[in-house]
Amino acid sequence: MNSKAFRPASLKAALEYLAKNECLIFSGGTDLMVQYARGTGLAPTFPRPPLFLAQIPELRQIEVSAKSIVIGAAVTLSELLSHPDIPLIFKDIISQMASLPSRNTATIGGNICNASPAGDTLPYLIANDASIRLQSLSNERVVLLSDFFTAAKETILKKDEVLTKITIPRTNFNHHYYQKIGQRKGMSLTKASMLGLALIENGKVKELRIAFGAVAPLIVRDLAIEKQYLGLRNDKLLDYEEEICRQYSPLIKPIDDARSTAAYRKAVSLRMLRDFIKQLSKAQE
Amino acid sequence: MLIDFELNGEEVQVEASGTERLLDILRERFGLTGVKEGCGEGECGACVVLMDEKLVNSCIVPLANVTGHAIITIEGLKKSGKHFESISQAFIEAGAVQCGFCTPGFVMATEALLNENPSPDREKIKEYFSGNLCRCTGYNMIIEAVERASKARLNE
Repeated sequence: MNSKAFRPASLKAALEYLAKNECLIFSGGTDLMVQYARGTGLAPTFPRPPLFLAQIPELRQIEVSAKSIVIGAAVTLSELLSHPDIPLIFKDIISQMASLPSRNTATIGGNICNASPAGDTLPYLIANDASIRLQSLSNERVVLLSDFFTAAKETILKKDEVLTKITIPRTNFNHHYYQKIGQRKGMSLTKASMLGLALIENGKVKELRIAFGAVAPLIVRDLAIEKQYLGLRNDKLLDYEEEICRQYSPLIKPIDDARSTAAYRKAVSLRMLRDFIKQLSKAQE
Repeated sequence: MLIDFELNGEEVQVEASGTERLLDILRERFGLTGVKEGCGEGECGACVVLMDEKLVNSCIVPLANVTGHAIITIEGLKKSGKHFESISQAFIEAGAVQCGFCTPGFVMATEALLNENPSPDREKIKEYFSGNLCRCTGYNMIIEAVERASKARLNE
């Protein structure tokens, strides 16, 4: 290890340092401090020297326009909860994450870059076509969040890049569905989750978004399936319940682990899907 | 790196690598042993302190992230002379302390909650305490303690 932990004051200083040093990008630390903990009285040992980013002003902003909400990567979950322009359904999702002390330091950028399929902000962001900005000293690129992940815990982030901003397009939905299945209400990691968003206008489905968390290496969303049901009368959706479940079923490929079993995760995911379809079919505008 | 922050109302400076757990620095360099280590994974809340008036788990906050912030531990709460007595009295009256290991965390969480919301209902209290575990009392007495502390503060 030839470089030290570094806490830059600006994004430019961070990118300059990252261009020359291999670092572990470090935000709130709620995942990393646990992952690399060594126990009482000992500082965690990290595989690479940390580059601390939680204090960088450019990463701490929330910008709201008519078209989108742009969130800095180091904005904490609690800051999202107290911001007036964050949609209520997103707040509902965030308020079920971890516990209050963790939400006070955990950041949205950390939840994304940790790249766990059980990251609870991910189904919402992906269902909303969120994009992210990846910056290095010499380059910057904007990619769809759904293209960022390549496998569980793996992303396309390069060694000299930092996730700086998350852009959520503002789409009008009038029906929201979210269920997180965990062992208990607070402080639990997700066994399975489902998010459903829809816009029903004049009795017809104008927008439909469905995303599943923690039941495959990546968040499950399928644009082609969603598209098939646009334009349909929402009270007719129940006729398609079996067909929709049949289409999503092969995409839901959960595993057995310490938190749950593949069989349970699959069953509960399809049950949430049926629940969403039923609610949507009965929905008034 | 040199790390400056405010600790219980006083400016302090620590020479450290920045990766240390705030918990260890508080207990071992400053002797603030009211901050307890339970799980060491940010789940139990025995180590919670206030950082800029917000509750954080000191076992998973690296010292670098404390730079320029204000930390208050249970010792600082007591020293400030503000709400420590009324919260402590409420915990005694409600029988909310048994082994006492989780108590400093619950007291700090009570302080943070009542600063934010002077008269929280039971649901709000439960939600706020989702990150604090107690293995002795069950939670009813602790919730009652918060209700008592809330009333005491409103009557101050």
